[in-house]
Amino acid sequence: MPQLDFANPLMMSKLVWLLIIFGFLFFVLKNYALPQVASVLDERAARIAADLNAARDAQAAGEAALAEIRAATAAARAEAQAAIAAAMLDAQTKSAAQAAEINARLAAQVAQAEQQVRAARDQAMGALRGVAGETATAMLDRLAIQAPANDVTAAVDRAATQGGR
Amino acid sequence: MAVEGKAIDALSQFDLAPALGAVGRSVGFTQSNLYMLISGGLIVLLMMWGMRHRAIVPGRMQSLAESAYGFIDDMVLAQIGEEGRRFFPFVFTLFMFILFGNMLGLFPYAFTYTSHISMTFVMAMIVFVLITTVAIMLHGKKFLGYFFPEGAPIWLAPIIIPVEIVSYLSRPISLSIRLFANMVAGHVMLKVFATFVVMLAGLGAVGPFIAVMPLAINVALVGFEVLVAFLQAYVFAILTCIYLHDAVHLH
Repeated sequence: MPQLDFANPLMMSKLVWLLIIFGFLFFVLKNYALPQVASVLDERAARIAADLNAARDAQAAGEAALAEIRAATAAARAEAQAAIAAAMLDAQTKSAAQAAEINARLAAQVAQAEQQVRAARDQAMGALRGVAGETATAMLDRLAIQAPANDVTAAVDRAATQGGR
Repeated sequence: MAVEGKAIDALSQFDLAPALGAVGRSVGFTQSNLYMLISGGLIVLLMMWGMRHRAIVPGRMQSLAESAYGFIDDMVLAQIGEEGRRFFPFVFTLFMFILFGNMLGLFPYAFTYTSHISMTFVMAMIVFVLITTVAIMLHGKKFLGYFFPEGAPIWLAPIIIPVEIVSYLSRPISLSIRLFANMVAGHVMLKVFATFVVMLAGLGAVGPFIAVMPLAINVALVGFEVLVAFLQAYVFAILTCIYLHDAVHLH
């Protein structure tokens, strides 16, 4: 087996060269190659972390804006509802006042009309009484009955109050 | 080994020969060292040329370099812990050097430098000296406590201490023999079956048809050897990490 031929001078020199080559490879990798890889990996990790942070910030900003919009919408809705309620209250009071005014005017008109009617009736009744008295006097004259004018008027009045209603 | 007068020469592939002409001959530079140089150059090429773009989204070579870095970084962190960071360059160099040696050796006509017990033993001794130095530097005299676990009954000391010392001293041996034996076995098998292909193909009219069988075996073996090449480099690296963990934490 050539591997066990330790008499071969190449065996020893091979090991010396192995140490030289391995040591040199270790030196190059440790001082030049591996730090470069590490820096690239760190750079990437930092970049990814920064991007993630930026994304998180953007998300937070978006959520804040959304909340703001929601708050604004809610405020606007509340304002609108308050305005509607106020307008409705206003309209109700106004219409109530109008209705009351109209009712009062109508009531006044009705009262006035009733008064006129009453006055007219009273006038008519008064006129009727006069006419009834005159008629009664005339009929008594025709019948040639002398009667005091006061008695005739009293009798007419009595008859009017009894049958007038 | 001799079959029908023709020798199956499975071992001459491990012969050392001077490389790089007269200069190499004069300084004892062998083809084994040439392949070490090539694999070292490929490793540096992969790690430096592959990372040259420093891209945020890596290309193919950069991905390969980064996965190799991440693979060993994870291994070192998982096995040794945060204190293991300073051993990372060493474990990385060790893993890549063995992995590239194993893989390069699978190419036809290539020399597998990990198939020499002297080479693997030197690698294992580097690990052994490192773990012992680290343990003594970190723990001083308390390092001797490693050979007698705390809480063990004192009357067991005569048994435990020699066992622990032997197991500690056998680490470089098991490390080196495992790698060496795996690589030699694989390459001998490849060579034997490859020789069968040639020998059977020369057996007249039916020869080539029979020769397909060892060829098929060799195709499967190459795939298997790629696995072994990776696995042995991985085993070497992870055992180094485990030993470093023991050195840093003393159990």
